[in-house]
Amino acid sequence: MPATAKLDRRSFLKMTGLSGTAFILGFYSSGEKGATIVNMSGLEESVNLTPYIIIEKTGKIIIMNPRPEMGQGTYQSLPSIIAEELEISIDQISIKQTSGEKEFGRQVSGGSSSVRGSYTMLRKVGASAREMLIKAASEQWNVPVGECYAENGKVFHKPSGKNISYGELAESASKLEVPKEPVLKDPKDFKLIGKSIHRPDINLKVSGRAVFGMDVEVPGMAYASVERCPVFGSKLLNYDDSEAKKIKGVQQVVKAERVVFGKTHYDSIAVVADNYWAALQGRKALKVQWDYQGNDKFNSNDYEQSLRNLAKTEGLIVHNSGDFDKTFAESPLTLEAFYETPMVSHSCMEPMNCVAHWKEDNTIEVWVSSQGPSLIKDELSRTLGVSQDSVKVNIMFNGGGFGRRLQSDFASETAMISKVVGKPVKVIWTREDDTQLGPFRPMTFSAMKGAISNDGKAVAFQHKVISPSLGASRNATFDKTKPDNSMVEGISDQKYEIPNMKNSYVLADFHIPISAWRSVTSSTLAFAHECFIDEMAVKANKDPLAFRLEMLTTESDTKKVLNKLKEVSEWDKPLPKGWGRGIAQYEFFAGLCGQVVVVSSKATGEVKVEKVYAVIDLGTVVNPDNVKAQVEGGIVMGLVAATKDGIRFENGKSVQTNFHNNRMLRINEMPEIEVHIIADGGPTIKGVGEPGLPPLAPALGNAIYAATGKRMRRLPVDLSKIS
Amino acid sequence: MASYNLMINDHSYSVDVDPQMPLLWVIRDFVGLKGTKFGCGIAQCGACTVHMDGNPVRSCTLPVSAMAGHKITTIEGISTNIDHPVQKAWIEMQVPQCGYCHSGQIMSAVALLKKNPKPDDAAIDIGMQGNICRCGTYQRIRKAIHRASELMATETKKAF
Repeated sequence: MPATAKLDRRSFLKMTGLSGTAFILGFYSSGEKGATIVNMSGLEESVNLTPYIIIEKTGKIIIMNPRPEMGQGTYQSLPSIIAEELEISIDQISIKQTSGEKEFGRQVSGGSSSVRGSYTMLRKVGASAREMLIKAASEQWNVPVGECYAENGKVFHKPSGKNISYGELAESASKLEVPKEPVLKDPKDFKLIGKSIHRPDINLKVSGRAVFGMDVEVPGMAYASVERCPVFGSKLLNYDDSEAKKIKGVQQVVKAERVVFGKTHYDSIAVVADNYWAALQGRKALKVQWDYQGNDKFNSNDYEQSLRNLAKTEGLIVHNSGDFDKTFAESPLTLEAFYETPMVSHSCMEPMNCVAHWKEDNTIEVWVSSQGPSLIKDELSRTLGVSQDSVKVNIMFNGGGFGRRLQSDFASETAMISKVVGKPVKVIWTREDDTQLGPFRPMTFSAMKGAISNDGKAVAFQHKVISPSLGASRNATFDKTKPDNSMVEGISDQKYEIPNMKNSYVLADFHIPISAWRSVTSSTLAFAHECFIDEMAVKANKDPLAFRLEMLTTESDTKKVLNKLKEVSEWDKPLPKGWGRGIAQYEFFAGLCGQVVVVSSKATGEVKVEKVYAVIDLGTVVNPDNVKAQVEGGIVMGLVAATKDGIRFENGKSVQTNFHNNRMLRINEMPEIEVHIIADGGPTIKGVGEPGLPPLAPALGNAIYAATGKRMRRLPVDLSKIS
Repeated sequence: MASYNLMINDHSYSVDVDPQMPLLWVIRDFVGLKGTKFGCGIAQCGACTVHMDGNPVRSCTLPVSAMAGHKITTIEGISTNIDHPVQKAWIEMQVPQCGYCHSGQIMSAVALLKKNPKPDDAAIDIGMQGNICRCGTYQRIRKAIHRASELMATETKKAF
């Protein structure tokens, strides 16, 4: 394919619902000749045609945002990368969310990939448009291109000072060839990238004007509340809807199905009504009989014991360097420890919901808070047996995502209900549905071994992970004879120079759906990994930070992060009695962050998190204030997962149902957070959304040890009474 | 079903609904103001916070039948141009991330500042404890409330 593939303008206009467009820049990126996309997370695929910029004759400029906004800031960061090269300011543009059109390639927010995955490509898109607009002006004025420059939405002729707006140039520019290798701006001239530009969605979000999926209304729409069995694996025996139908406003009660990962089917019953309250009352009046199929015997205590038993097996080797077994057997100083983490819920503040309309012509339109229009198209097509082209997706602001909205189970179920009732339907999950029905972040258990030489160096290290498998949960044909790499994330990638290392994985079967959760498995594995490094430091009688730095003799980003942390946290400064500091870092697919947690403790066993210092390593930063916000958010989410209830099963279902027993951090528990960014312009751009999370739990555990001498090896810990 | 006259943001609305229907769903689905959010349904998260006669209340558990004679204010009613000092401070500090909880956060903050124009951190903790933010914006909320307090003091000065 040439680097200047033509775009079918008419179909694009139809698709985006725009009109009067004079200029759409088509920019082809195949990874061969055109711009390349950094493919790091597995969520990325090369894009095909990327018509990101629309300049109307009126001068109105629309920039398409391909990554749904869920609080991580893509609504500002991605358009501003284009705007930077296009020489326009953020307040000159309108931002429009893409809807899964093929022309934009894969559209997903996930894996901390939005900025790092499209940075160079989006700059090239903006730069190409700028060069075309300049060329169009120079031709119109009949002056050399070199005498013209672009600024603030206009092209200027330097010698004469005359200028012309992009709107006036759009049509002639659109007839020019797209430059194959546009010249990118020198970063020192950046006006937007690297600056803490205000996010345009904030005004909408402080005034109730931002439209979330929850807020969508379409003409003729009915509301539904759906009964599903909280005991996973149950079958519907029968139901009596006679009382439900007596509730005023209830229209119909219909059978539906929740399909998770396109493969696991759960029976459900939808009460469809004139309004949501009536639907909910109708649902409460249903009498339903489920066949639990034995799954009501399941409970977390027994399952966790089975994981401990499995830890005795060898497991699948995922990393083997040097000779771990020999070194461990012959070392004078060895230690072993076992770490445990809980399942947790995503608990987005906006409960799952969807509006879907299965139309008479067999096309489906959905309005939904989702992390990926492409994912919605995939899932509806796979689950409902329709073509991708017959699914129209409208992506709304996401009231939180955290990995939960990478799933589309709530959308396909809504579409099924709409098909049966023959009208648009809005399904709203209750908080109880949202808390109990998963998919959940899986627990991981970790068996750790370490050996220390006579001179106090780490010479052998083992991290064995025992857990259910994300791969097996998602994929029915998952090959269990091979390790699930997503469950051993990062454990073999830390920069510590330990000569003998053997890591392994033991898969545990699990019938409860589990899925990615912000920072995926690093969110639990980092706890075991970095607390155990601390245990080794204690055993070696060394300062935990010095012990780490001794294992980092060559230059690395990790070393930079730890040295910066040492400085900003005043690591060597004495603390009051009963206080302690803990340090941790974790490098994984999303990026790298290190943290120092400072705690105080009382004789009663109460521990308070006083302050968290974070250093995130990025290479290049697009919006520093937004990066800080993301790290603050990651720390809070990490703190919830480390210290709050988590999800526990009894009698086959989650004990936790709502925020009273699945508690979140509240403002009175909020520690002070200080975030530092390392952005030294290095070639690798690292992720932002997730790296702030994994170091929190181990840094906290290490701080509690420093303050109290008590080693935390099982999460969650109850900060009101450390034991 | 019963008919109710509601005074919301200084407008009068007439609705014919189940007396037990929580104010939240009346505001959202019958009056059509979508700024007030559903989060938990049991007054635990504060996403649905509105003012009843100036006091913050959780609209997800308040039946519409109890609203007669009371003045309701929602996020849409605190300013017409997004220029309430609390909104200005929220923008200045770039507080929201996903933003879903912030209608409720702002309504709690407005009520807090009305009662206590210069709250310290302890007063903010008490006033804002009922509002959960899953994105973890609490540090910014605290800063923004202090900032709003300053902005309000300046505005009051100007008014005299």
